[in-house]
Amino acid sequence: MNTHDTGAGRNVVMDATAIQEALSRMAREIAEANPDAHSLALLGILSRGRPLAERVAGILRELTGVTPPVGSLATTLYRDDFRAGVGRAKPRGTTHFDFNVDGRTVLLVDDVLAAGRTIRAAMDEVMDYGRPQRIQLACLVDRGGRELPIRADYLGTSVSARSGYWVSVRLQEMDGEDIVLLQRRGAAEGTEGA
Amino acid sequence: MADAERSVSSTQAGVWTRKDLIGIEDLSREEIELILDTAPQFVAVSQRESGIKKVPLLQGRLVVNWFHEPSTRTRTSFELAAKRLSADTLGINASTSSFVKGETLHDTLANIEAMHADVIVLRHGCAGAPHILAASHASHIVNAGDGRHEHPTQALLDVFTMREHIRQKRQDPAASLDGIRVSIVGDIQHSRVARSNIWALNKLGAEVTLCGPPTLVPVEVERMGVTVTSRLEEALTGADVVYALRIQLERQAKGLFPSLREYIRLFRIDPLSLRHAPAHALIMHPGPINRDLELAAEVADGLRSVILEQVSNGVAIRMAVMHLLVNHGRA
Repeated sequence: MNTHDTGAGRNVVMDATAIQEALSRMAREIAEANPDAHSLALLGILSRGRPLAERVAGILRELTGVTPPVGSLATTLYRDDFRAGVGRAKPRGTTHFDFNVDGRTVLLVDDVLAAGRTIRAAMDEVMDYGRPQRIQLACLVDRGGRELPIRADYLGTSVSARSGYWVSVRLQEMDGEDIVLLQRRGAAEGTEGA
Repeated sequence: MADAERSVSSTQAGVWTRKDLIGIEDLSREEIELILDTAPQFVAVSQRESGIKKVPLLQGRLVVNWFHEPSTRTRTSFELAAKRLSADTLGINASTSSFVKGETLHDTLANIEAMHADVIVLRHGCAGAPHILAASHASHIVNAGDGRHEHPTQALLDVFTMREHIRQKRQDPAASLDGIRVSIVGDIQHSRVARSNIWALNKLGAEVTLCGPPTLVPVEVERMGVTVTSRLEEALTGADVVYALRIQLERQAKGLFPSLREYIRLFRIDPLSLRHAPAHALIMHPGPINRDLELAAEVADGLRSVILEQVSNGVAIRMAVMHLLVNHGRA
């Protein structure tokens, strides 16, 4: 995907319209791949996966007439990259969902797919709650740099981020605007998945 | 200069660097709040209705519970916390083991470390024992009570329990303990629980009142920034939290107050004395309770009592502490 420079090292990967269109297309693909709408449950990976999951659930309701349940997944307790004295210890939030995962199709929703380690942690966490029939993955942006054999089943867009660059997803619900940026490290706001 | 100070600060918001947990006195407000903010996810682990009630954060690690004083509650709580973090656990009970046959503490710890322990949870009758060991050994030391000095995880679970209730009541997920009035009643003198709670509550902005017979309140304790009274009515008026301490009957042979009957009449938390406290006041106790001595049974079992929540929260707080020390602390 081409990006355009807005100056100050800020490249727009997706604007609000592109995000909206991508989510609509992903929801159609999800509905097509899962004809039994009642078996579907969405888990948004905190922080920005949660509002994305809510939006996808809203579009799915319009498409199928069924609103899938939505929950939050923190993944913090399943991470593999703790290092002494480094990084934030403060958790982004707490895993919470009200449905039983046994026998369901669990759709993980995240903003950025990169190394794939967050998704590995998310799958382990879901498995500790039960035995889903299948787990699928929807991501808004794939920025490459995979370290595990993981890919998204439903994808908004891909961008190849050079080293020293950072994909920043900003969402209306949390950041007051819908935009995906490619920024130089250090200038970044928002988050990037791992 | 300001930049240099900032760069060496170990208390940046959200960052944990400590190897050990020795006392609340050493901790900054930010560090205390980080532990409290880390705990809710562990409460959720214990509350999972389906699936596995544990997480892999300490998988393959060894946690040794090394207790030189009798303890059921604290020891069980640490053991459960370690198991819910997927650690292996080992208990050493100093009074019944041949581990300590005239050995120094250092030698005993060196032996435990030779078995590749990662975390040592230590309860000892001597104030300062965990501090001395932490300074000279590589393993993570958690103070589970040292003499009359500190019992940091008890204070952390207490302030966590208070904070959760205040947040619930005010429907404000960011509410703090600032301005909350906490009255601690009973044997302050012998209580490491009281000492750790005073440090924690002070740092979190709560107002602390201590109440007990003058012989059981240490002199000059006001220097810690607390109010002292020997009139229960005064302590209970306006209190948001009433914290009853256990009368340590084993120490009462020294005759520190005239009789249990007199203590009951003047200091017991019961429906009669609680008429002075606001209706919303929470009742707390570190356990084990002497029923009807410091706390009336009907109050301990009553609607305002959060004593069993303290126990549940204790496991989550200890999970949070061990996770932070092992996965974020500097070795």
